[in-house]
Amino acid sequence: MSKRKYGLALSLVLAAGTILGACGADKEKEKENANTNTSSNGGNESEFSVAMVTDVGGVDDKSFNQSAWEGIQKFGEDNKMSKGDGGFDYLQSKDPADYTTNLNALTRRDFDLVFGVGFLMEDAIDTIASQQTEKNYAIIDGEVDQPNVASILFKEQEGAFLAGVAAALMTKSDKIGFVGGMEIPVIERFQAGFEAGVEAVKPDIKVDVQYTGAFDKAELGKAAAGRMYSSGVDVIFHAAGGSGNGVFTEAKERKKADKDAYVWVIGVDSDQYEEGKVGDDNITLTSMLKRVDVAVQDISKLAKEGKFPGGETKVYGLHDDGVTLADSRGAIPEDVLKQIDEYAQKIADGDIEVPEFVKKK
Amino acid sequence: MSNKVVNILVPIISIILGLIVGAIVMLVSGYDPVAGYIALWNGIFGDAYAVGETIRQISPYILAGLAVAFAFRTGLFNIGVEGQLMVGWFAAAYVGSTFELPMIIHLPLSLLAAAAAGALWGLIPGLLKATFRVHEVIVTIMMNYIALHTVNALIKAVSGGGYKTEKIHPTASLRSDFLSQLTDFSTLHYGIFVALAMVIVTWFILEKTKTGFELKSVGFNDHASQYAGMNVNKNIILSMVISGAFAGLGGAMEALGTFGNMTNRGGFTGIGFDGIAVALLGANSPLGVIFGASLFGSLKYGANNMPNAANIPLEIVSIVIALIIFFVASGYIIRVGLQRLAKKKEAK
Repeated sequence: MSKRKYGLALSLVLAAGTILGACGADKEKEKENANTNTSSNGGNESEFSVAMVTDVGGVDDKSFNQSAWEGIQKFGEDNKMSKGDGGFDYLQSKDPADYTTNLNALTRRDFDLVFGVGFLMEDAIDTIASQQTEKNYAIIDGEVDQPNVASILFKEQEGAFLAGVAAALMTKSDKIGFVGGMEIPVIERFQAGFEAGVEAVKPDIKVDVQYTGAFDKAELGKAAAGRMYSSGVDVIFHAAGGSGNGVFTEAKERKKADKDAYVWVIGVDSDQYEEGKVGDDNITLTSMLKRVDVAVQDISKLAKEGKFPGGETKVYGLHDDGVTLADSRGAIPEDVLKQIDEYAQKIADGDIEVPEFVKKK
Repeated sequence: MSNKVVNILVPIISIILGLIVGAIVMLVSGYDPVAGYIALWNGIFGDAYAVGETIRQISPYILAGLAVAFAFRTGLFNIGVEGQLMVGWFAAAYVGSTFELPMIIHLPLSLLAAAAAGALWGLIPGLLKATFRVHEVIVTIMMNYIALHTVNALIKAVSGGGYKTEKIHPTASLRSDFLSQLTDFSTLHYGIFVALAMVIVTWFILEKTKTGFELKSVGFNDHASQYAGMNVNKNIILSMVISGAFAGLGGAMEALGTFGNMTNRGGFTGIGFDGIAVALLGANSPLGVIFGASLFGSLKYGANNMPNAANIPLEIVSIVIALIIFFVASGYIIRVGLQRLAKKKEAK
């Protein structure tokens, strides 16, 4: 009997762990919900409706899922749509098994266009697009070859290059870190661009690269950042979605413990300035913006006008404001900003070709 | 109160209690519990599609539950179902995508590969337990992590640096157009029949064979079993191997049915851990596992509909589902309560 009770207790702990593991702090989203609810009284004027499915990072990942949702919200407001059926909405995935389910659920609710946010959703989009040929889909960060799917890619390497330039110009210890999520092509584009940017300014610096293996494990991001800062790294660029929040936590703790600590984080996807606040200080150097919101609005608009780019792949780069650096709010001095701008100009003009793939060592 | 009445009352009361507490949580956080539960119900039974997906979700749970239950009946705690399931998943995906064979060979071969991989992952803790008396809980937990990262590395290796394996050939697939059309494009596949067949196999091994008798007897008391002339070590290893094989088959459900390949994973699937609860809810009996798996699978799948149809955030939903399962699992408390009540009546 005692063994049975022991087993029951053990199973409960483990089950609770896996079930609750998916939950994070969610004040942000509550606020967001409240906002959309109040702003959604405009009524439905258009027939067009759009929705999105997040990947496991969740809609409040302060990164590209959130950015996509902001884009949809913006599109909804501009077109006086309301949240819910016939307007705009989102569903969150807590496990890769949910992708198909969620895409199906939204399709069943008759949304005209459904975005799959994230590379990992390629297969799911491919499957559903072949089943529901009447509906339109779009995939962000992936490519799906179906007549009713628009594929949206970004030249992350170009933005990351600028982040690398900024890091190389700002570092005092000549040690720079990169924390990635999973080793998938998208994230490797960040790494490749970042390393190229650092190399362009200071060829001697070898970027300390660590992958956490997950996009939703802040504790792993924190551990990686902890190791890097301890080894003398002073600027870390993260491309790890929710795991990257741990990088901020680590940097903030160090700044809190020692006001003079020289630690910086370069945020990713959306402007992560708010994440870096420590009292009056801020450890966010800048953020590499990946304007998923711009792309989402763009595609939604085209779809609404009946010009949905099905079967096409749209690539957003520095040239079309798809990627850029966020306002550093004084963290980066003027002369450095000027140099970054010069590099940006060169990339936009095509004078610098930023590598897409990580150099094999 | 007779035992029979108690046996029926306990699960009913526990589910109702779980629902009530879940409703309170939704109310306090400002959401409509009625709408929430209607969404949950519709998410599970709402239409053919939902039913199909629910059954699809139940299949791996049955196998994971069987794996835990089988080991438990022989006195072992297999916490490593998660890892065994992952290696099985990979093995099935690999065999399914690499070889080109007629279906009649390919599908069984892929299933066998999954079972063998899971069995191998169970063999190691079994061997360590039998030879060095290393506690299987520790080994199996660690084997989970080894499985996670080994599988990720293997995926990378076989896909030439990619993040997912090739799609399996149709000859290895458990998917069926018939089931899919029947359930309005759901991902329902024949895996459920594999799972149910394994339930019968488990029952047969445990109840009808000499091996099963020995396995159980070692579980009850290994000293007595040894005294009776049984080979305790052999039985420990055998038990872990069979348990691992069931878990590996659970992985095959995902590989050959639901996903058709395996993607690099950042974390555990959770199915293996839930399998522990499934087994214990089902009192470690093969038939009970079906009920446990049905509860888990339905709640897990149906919960997806709560944010969709009732606008309740996923986090609240997770808490509500966890509460329901918590109360069902703590049926023991209710049982004690009922017995006390009965005794009081008798005393009067």
